Amino acid sequence: MFGMLWIDVYDMYMCSSSHQYPPDQLYAKEIMFTICTSMRQRALKPGQSPYRALLETLELTNTKLTLQLINDNNKVRLLLELYRLQGNMTRVKINELKPLKPRFEVPDVLINNPPTDLSLLSQDENGVVLSLGADSQWLIVSAKPFRLDIMEGREVLLSLNSRGLLAFEHLRIRKDTAEWVLNVVCPGWLFSPTGPSSISLDFSLPGVEHVYGIPEHADSLKLKTTDGGDPYRLFNLDVFQYELFNPMALYGAIPVMLSHSAQRTMGIFWLNAAETWVDISSNTAGKTVFGQMLDYVQGSSETPQTDVRWISESGIIDVFIMLGPTPTDVFSQYASLTGTQAFPPLSALAYHQCRWNYNDQEDVAAVDQGFDEHDIPYDFIWLDIEHTDGKRYFTWDPHKFPQPKDMLQGLMDKRRKMVTIVDPHIKVDSSYKIHNEIRSKGFYVKNKDGGDYEGWCWPGNSGYPDFTNPEMRAWWASMFAYDQYEGSMENMYTWNDMNEPSVFNGPEVTMHKDALHGNWENRDLHNLYGLYVQMATAEGLIERSGGVERPFVLTRAFFAGSQRYGAVWTGDNTAEWEHLKISIPMCLSLGLVGVSFCGADVGGFFKSPSTELLVRWYQTGAYQPFFRAHAHLDTPRREPWLFGPENTALIREAVRQRYALLPYWYQLFYHAHHSGQPVMRPLWVEYPQDTATFSMDDQFLLGEDLLVHPVTEEGGRGVTAYLPGKGEVWFDVHTFQKHNGAQNLYIPVTISSIPVFQRGGSIIPRKARVRRSSSCMEHDPYTLFVALSPKRFAQGELYIDDGHTFNFDKQKQFIHRRLSFANKALNLAPGSQFITPSWIEKIVILGASKPSKATLKTPDGKENLLEFEFDASMSVLTLRKPGVNAGVDWTVVLQ
Amino acid sequence: MSCALLLLLMSLALAMGTGAAVEIQRPRGVPLSKRQFYEENKPFTCLDGSSTIPFDRVNDDYCDCRDGSDEPGTAACPNGSFHCTNAGFRPAFIPSSRINDGICDCCDTTDEYNSGATCQNTCREMGRKERESLQIMAEITKEGFLLKQQLIHEAKRGQEDKQGKLTELQGSKKGLEEKVEALRTVKETAEDPEKEAKERHLKAWEEQKELLRMEKDKTRMAEAFLELDDDADGYVSVAELQSHLELDPDSDGSLSETETQVSQGQSEPPAPVETPQEESRDFVSDHDSDHYPEDYAGEEEEDVEDDEEDDHDEEEEEEKVTPEKREDDEVSMPPYDTETQSLIDGTYSHLQSLICDPECISICRNLEKEIGFDFGPSAEFAYLYSQCYELSTSEYIYRLCPFNRVSQKPKFGGSETNLGLWGQWAGPEGNLYSVMKYDHGQGCWQGPNRSTTVKLTCGKETVVTSTSEPSRCEYLMEFTTPAVCQEPASLDEVLHGHTEL
Repeated sequence: MFGMLWIDVYDMYMCSSSHQYPPDQLYAKEIMFTICTSMRQRALKPGQSPYRALLETLELTNTKLTLQLINDNNKVRLLLELYRLQGNMTRVKINELKPLKPRFEVPDVLINNPPTDLSLLSQDENGVVLSLGADSQWLIVSAKPFRLDIMEGREVLLSLNSRGLLAFEHLRIRKDTAEWVLNVVCPGWLFSPTGPSSISLDFSLPGVEHVYGIPEHADSLKLKTTDGGDPYRLFNLDVFQYELFNPMALYGAIPVMLSHSAQRTMGIFWLNAAETWVDISSNTAGKTVFGQMLDYVQGSSETPQTDVRWISESGIIDVFIMLGPTPTDVFSQYASLTGTQAFPPLSALAYHQCRWNYNDQEDVAAVDQGFDEHDIPYDFIWLDIEHTDGKRYFTWDPHKFPQPKDMLQGLMDKRRKMVTIVDPHIKVDSSYKIHNEIRSKGFYVKNKDGGDYEGWCWPGNSGYPDFTNPEMRAWWASMFAYDQYEGSMENMYTWNDMNEPSVFNGPEVTMHKDALHGNWENRDLHNLYGLYVQMATAEGLIERSGGVERPFVLTRAFFAGSQRYGAVWTGDNTAEWEHLKISIPMCLSLGLVGVSFCGADVGGFFKSPSTELLVRWYQTGAYQPFFRAHAHLDTPRREPWLFGPENTALIREAVRQRYALLPYWYQLFYHAHHSGQPVMRPLWVEYPQDTATFSMDDQFLLGEDLLVHPVTEEGGRGVTAYLPGKGEVWFDVHTFQKHNGAQNLYIPVTISSIPVFQRGGSIIPRKARVRRSSSCMEHDPYTLFVALSPKRFAQGELYIDDGHTFNFDKQKQFIHRRLSFANKALNLAPGSQFITPSWIEKIVILGASKPSKATLKTPDGKENLLEFEFDASMSVLTLRKPGVNAGVDWTVVLQ
Repeated sequence: MSCALLLLLMSLALAMGTGAAVEIQRPRGVPLSKRQFYEENKPFTCLDGSSTIPFDRVNDDYCDCRDGSDEPGTAACPNGSFHCTNAGFRPAFIPSSRINDGICDCCDTTDEYNSGATCQNTCREMGRKERESLQIMAEITKEGFLLKQQLIHEAKRGQEDKQGKLTELQGSKKGLEEKVEALRTVKETAEDPEKEAKERHLKAWEEQKELLRMEKDKTRMAEAFLELDDDADGYVSVAELQSHLELDPDSDGSLSETETQVSQGQSEPPAPVETPQEESRDFVSDHDSDHYPEDYAGEEEEDVEDDEEDDHDEEEEEEKVTPEKREDDEVSMPPYDTETQSLIDGTYSHLQSLICDPECISICRNLEKEIGFDFGPSAEFAYLYSQCYELSTSEYIYRLCPFNRVSQKPKFGGSETNLGLWGQWAGPEGNLYSVMKYDHGQGCWQGPNRSTTVKLTCGKETVVTSTSEPSRCEYLMEFTTPAVCQEPASLDEVLHGHTEL
């Protein structure tokens, strides 16, 4: 019956040629998942695990412990490997001891494996106890039933298989019997020749009530329990008009979950690229506040605990347990595994103007001109699929874009840039060079019969290059060379869309699971495809510049590690207020698992926003990492000046705030690149003990110093922002009004309000001279905003480099200075390897008292008196024109 | 720091080429008109009066005035503006954020004095080009304006003609109505038997009537036309018909022999006549919203003006009754008794059919409508009425029929798409007649109904010069016509009117 149902659905996809998306309800029910792997897996209920550790097989080297597990029901043996990794991480790998053929292990995601010592402390017939290095941490392996517990002192941090949900469907020889079809494989659907191969494991997190991550879902920041509903699904899909507050799969998948309590932050990284589901249950969820109170009063409360279960359709169990203990530690741990955020060119942090589509060169010129006429800055204008010659990527429509270099030169003359789209589906057309080369080199994904896999996408019948093949990726990268990609220039960058991959006539609009990437089925590595596309494209942009220039590539599909290659956006959202709101938790969730360069289409992709929504979206987007307006082909034009002078002014102001703050954004991205700390952070990351912040996702921090609570309510008259930190103060960045921390602050708002606060104790650099593009501002002077803490202290940084090359890394050409205000002196710490013409224009000190004089001291021994203004009503001291170069040492003394 | 000092530039004579005999000294970026506010060595008061600063803080690359007036020549103030003299071309103000941003904005290069950008002084060249194009424009405007006077003159005459014709038509209709009234009494005596006969007949033909309706309509209309021509009054002559281009079914601008043959040849069979057929359909059947009739009658229903509506409704009712009566007599059906026949064939019936003749009514109505159109302050746009203009692009043929509709037809097969029906004049205040708006075109998937904005510019010819679709289903058309040409200012004024010397 299920089989029949599926066939119906499948036919529906096959027939809908003109508009290729299946009806929504198919997603809502996630038919495939319920009838297939996870149904079998979820049918397994917690209880005694059939697995037993065979302690006699234990082998311990100084890098790992290996041990066999046996399933007492079917006698199939598994091999367990345990590693202790540097930086407080434990890796648990479980595979079949003797699989019929190798099972897929995810390549190219980890940047390295740093093993360290493991030592055996004790062993008896019930299990073994291992020391996990520092912090008196133990790993206990229990033999029967098999389970793992990680402890610190006497406290259990995390247990594996404590609910007995370890399951491993071993590979077997296919038998086309009725029993096999009905009971072993999923009925009817593209099953693997070696039968079902799913895996599952449970994790228990005592003391934990909050878990986060596992993007991409259009859901709240704090993950919900999935009891009685669908699990969170990780399977890269091109979803048409996605629903909110739903665990359904979206475009990208990062199988990383963070757990957080006031005591500890940890992470679970489930390294598996097959379709994956995550079930979450909690012993406190569902209890009313009254119930919890009652428990507390009666002292009968059980410890809060969150139980998580991961299921994947194939591959092996390969889990990294990141033990924190702080959020910062977990970010560093994850970054040490999968790398950090690519450091984007500075201009990519500025404003991007996109639309499906800017019609022709004249249109591009007119929009460019429109920004100048209305004095709104922008850095990038984007061209969607219609710019190509019949959706043949790497080409131009000869009528609409006959002279792409003239167009690009026109933008370059304004110090602006362009992005063109390059999707991974290749038109099957024997007169198309790209297709012919891929075909002749055998680089296409194959179908199970060995022919080139073909599916429908924008160009019609299309092939899909096998990006998992390193030779294919190298060839693809070479296509971005200036002499290969005709009409391209150095100010042209790339957008990879549809890389889930989207296959209009495929199951769930994606590739058939039995399509072959070399020897592996798409089923095994589906979620990796998008990462590889972006990887190869970014490599192409680096190569075309001879390794000098930093690339900028936007992707829709992603996986763990995608942060290394560029930016991500939240796909085809809708011009509705709820979609504006969800952009915050969606990007926060991505930031927690490494992807800092995240944004949502400003204005909403589908449908047409009201003017108010558009303005609010600009105001919100101006404070989110990737700031791009985008719109569907069928929507009316919405360039910022089309809604009357008042709204143009509102949008201009929001964009200008972004540009003024670019030095701070750039510095945050430098940190994200350097140490893996997210740019856009939930409040709990900086205030890990403040339980009030744990579920907050209508406001966020940029770095640790700016708190943003955008207005996302239609007709909003006020917002209530939570200012964290007992004993701390926050300054309204627009009015300089000081507010105490640890309070809910009601802020009346107008249509021009963007509530943003600077933390007392911080110094934020800005560039007050907003020009028409970020490049135009390169050499402009800085204004330092010093927000004093109640203890009259502040510190910050100033990071400067050339803004676009790898010289910051390869030749250490950058300025990274510490700014500190203490005892009434503001210092810059030395250490410069870069020359900048930029200077310090102004210093604004918030929460200051009036000095009698201000003296600037420079290293040459000179002292100059600085003029200043003091606003007693707001306690704002403005030092006029220190004029020192941003790269030299100086001190200002206030007396 | 050194960079800031560099910018302390005041009262420097700027080498501007040979544009002006004497370059008056003033701080960088200050227009001549404001020079008196920047007096060297005297404290400078911000132009908004907000504060006063030493003169050495003018253009010192630090913003002291809230209104930005102390930094006319640097980028220090977010709200400042920089004045380029642009000798040889037009002076301009640019936002001060464009000073030294590496991009040449002023043609005299004065905005990029410290950015390293290498700018060429292009003012003379630009001035020359501008003068040339202004000259060309002026000539076009001049000729266009002459043409416009002609158009206005013609429109006035045409308007009078039409008004006269309408009055005449209405007058003769009135005369007929009087005759009918006189005959009513005669007819009434015969009405009872007629009614009886008719009812019998109607009942018998109820079902077949529906099927034969279209066929009958054609015949009826042909008859009507013949009758019209037959009439001794002769108020609808060929010449008159030909003068009404709105009757022209192919919109080629004239009524051909074929098109008017129904009026000319009494003895010829009326079968191939197009216009009456179209009309009759309009009167008896409901409009299909997807059907875009070329003729005026079709538009009638889409575009009824409020004040016309009442009349229109009455007419419709009349029409519904009359044709049915006529149908019943005129189609060749089973014979009925000669008594009835003779009653129906009576003069009364005949005259009534003339009054209510759809052709006559539609002529009146269209005359009324045409007279009611807003053809501009001097009816200079009247000549566009019932004309069509085409533009071929690589993919489509676009067709603009002013005051009627805009459409698009694929060059290589495929059906025509309605891009909008005449809506209204939509220019900005003070220049209302510079933009036409056509809306309620064919609907778009997930989008609005198609609409077209037509921008009118002065030209000697009446031509569609470009089309585009800036937003999905929102088209933009550029159209030149002498009708928008303004009285030309003297060329000198155009060229030198706003040049600062």
